[in-house]
Amino acid sequence: MKYFNKFKQAWNKSLSLRIIATTFIVSTILVTVIGLILINRVSSGILTSKESSSITEASSAINEAQKVVTATDTGAGAPNISTVVDTAVTALAVRAGQSGLYDVLFLASTDISKQGLPERGTNLVAENSVSEDLKSRVEKTEKLLWAYTEIYYLDGRKIPGLVVAAPIKINNVGNYSLFLLFPLDKEEETIGIIRSAVLATGILLIFGLIILVWYLTRSVLSPVRKTAEAAERLRMGLLNERVPVSGEDDLAKLAGSFNSMASSIQQQIGQLEQMSRMQKRFVSDVSHELRTPLTTVRMAADVLYESRDQYTGETARAAELLSTQIERFEILLSQLLEISRFDAGAADLSLNMVNIKDVIEKTADSLSNLLAKQETPVVITGSAPEIELDQRRIERVLRNLISNASEYGEGKPIEVEIGSDEETIAVVVKDKGPGLKPGESSLVFNRFWRADPARARTTGGTGLGLAIALEDARLHSGWIDVWGSPGKGTMFRLTLPRIAHKAISSSSLPLGIGSEEKYELDMSALQEMLDPDTKIAKQ
Amino acid sequence: MARVLVVDDDQALSEMLGIVLRAEGYDALFCDDGSKAQGIFKETKPDLVLLDLMLPGIDGIEVCKRIRSESGVPIVMLTARGDTLDIVKGLESGADDYIVKPFKPKELVARIKARLRKEDVKAETLALADLTIDVIGHSVKRDGKEISLTPLEFDLLLALARKPWQVYTREQLLTDVWHYRNPADTRLVNVHVQRLRSKVEHDPENPQIVMTVRGVGYKAGP
Repeated sequence: MKYFNKFKQAWNKSLSLRIIATTFIVSTILVTVIGLILINRVSSGILTSKESSSITEASSAINEAQKVVTATDTGAGAPNISTVVDTAVTALAVRAGQSGLYDVLFLASTDISKQGLPERGTNLVAENSVSEDLKSRVEKTEKLLWAYTEIYYLDGRKIPGLVVAAPIKINNVGNYSLFLLFPLDKEEETIGIIRSAVLATGILLIFGLIILVWYLTRSVLSPVRKTAEAAERLRMGLLNERVPVSGEDDLAKLAGSFNSMASSIQQQIGQLEQMSRMQKRFVSDVSHELRTPLTTVRMAADVLYESRDQYTGETARAAELLSTQIERFEILLSQLLEISRFDAGAADLSLNMVNIKDVIEKTADSLSNLLAKQETPVVITGSAPEIELDQRRIERVLRNLISNASEYGEGKPIEVEIGSDEETIAVVVKDKGPGLKPGESSLVFNRFWRADPARARTTGGTGLGLAIALEDARLHSGWIDVWGSPGKGTMFRLTLPRIAHKAISSSSLPLGIGSEEKYELDMSALQEMLDPDTKIAKQ
Repeated sequence: MARVLVVDDDQALSEMLGIVLRAEGYDALFCDDGSKAQGIFKETKPDLVLLDLMLPGIDGIEVCKRIRSESGVPIVMLTARGDTLDIVKGLESGADDYIVKPFKPKELVARIKARLRKEDVKAETLALADLTIDVIGHSVKRDGKEISLTPLEFDLLLALARKPWQVYTREQLLTDVWHYRNPADTRLVNVHVQRLRSKVEHDPENPQIVMTVRGVGYKAGP
């Protein structure tokens, strides 16, 4: 089983193994079938021609024998049966010649064999070369009979042969049976040679085919493999990777297409890089070009604001407005620049080992003025091990989430919960404000989106804070998600990987239904939705 | 009256800086071209230089290097970019502090005051390893030979040498030496510790006088 699995694995993995095995099986079957047919046709052809020539020869030999017997037997004086038989056999032997075209058995038929009549054979051929069946059939017929047999010799030799038989009538004595035994050893040998030649050819053919297929597979697969390796290296970012092109065949076409694809990718990446560089450059330029005049305006506004006591009411108010709105403008500008830095991929992380709880406490500290103004307490629970993060960015994220929560929390406590597991650490910031309306949770991270457009004008948020927070989290390979329900408040969850840049798939804290009470509530609601009868039964 | 040299090519900003500086009681001098900055600096001998990084002629970083090569006068960079690289380059070329545009006038004045502040010091001589620190004379000597430090580097060394038993965090040094009230960029400390080491250590790669305490900060050694 183990070996079978191993083989199956190799089978699935190696195209050349599959091709070679298939070639082997198919060619073996083909060669066997063709070989068998060939051998069959050749041997039957050889035997048929031998058969017909033997029978022709035999029939004239038998005629002659009959003539010799008849002539001798009608000659002068008392016929001596031994002389008659000897003369006939000698005549046949002479006819068969030196080469031994056939051997002769001249036997008395069974009804007269008990009388001690002479029986003859040539060349030590044994009587049992002719089957009893044939002997009895010859006695009952007038025609020629023939059959395949084994020819036995008295010296122990045994060769395949064809026996042709006919009855010979001897006057005053009775019926004799004449058997002419044609040896087939030459034909058998020829067939044997042909058979082994066919076998050798078949094996050679199979072997040659396998080598040919192996070579072809290799010559096709190795450029394919090389191309695959090059593609892999290209994927790893080695954009200069190319495959050598030789010849003009299909494989060369593959290599050529691969190379032009690689060039086009390289060119496009180059273009994108160029665009990204230009974008970064633009951001940097805008930043500089806008900031210098803004600094001047800002300082001028501050000077005016500081001396507003010297102006009359409305001018003083104008100086005030100028100062506060420039501040807002500044925040907006810096956030816009931050966003475009993310868009250009120009944002980078500076990682340090930090305890997230310290960061949360520090952030809450820095927001203490705002929190005191809103009279909102912050409750921090849980802890997590130190992880590598960009403190500035994570502080910014938390500042955003906490100030958001205080803005919408209507003075009720903000709960900040920290959690961790093997993969992630998570921070949930929960307020008990009015909560998000259905469908709003997918919108909060949109740029310039506001929960309440009328309200935003008084509270000075830019509408970019959460978008930036999300980008900051993504830069850490983490994310921020949100849950909210009217009347139940809003929860933001920040999830970060414990090992920097490692992809994560789950969070260590649940989002949404925080307390068990709510959990149960939602479960029953779900049940009611699924099964209206339960609802009635409960009531 | 302390004199501040403003090196900036933006005329409106220069003028505005002049207004703010004069309101605070400083005398303002101006230079709008990087290539003239060194000449004007030599002529006027200001107490502090406000230096824009983007200048026509020679850029701010080069101007900073040139001024630093002949004087320890405090240099505060004005930078329009928050880019990490530019700030580090500026600090490595010798600037003591930096301020990112757009800034509030108060912030700027606080930075300038922090750099020009003269502490009331008693006549005092401290010994640190094989260094002799003369507080009132603002000088550091090894084997009777004076080591030239900028005022900021001197303040940094002095802060560490006064409490050799104490490990300073970077934030603490920002408060004590740079007089920041709010959390600020700790790279200021890193860069200046490197500069200080290159002057006072026998082997800056293997510091024996300004020691790093891993995960915390710095202390005076050994």
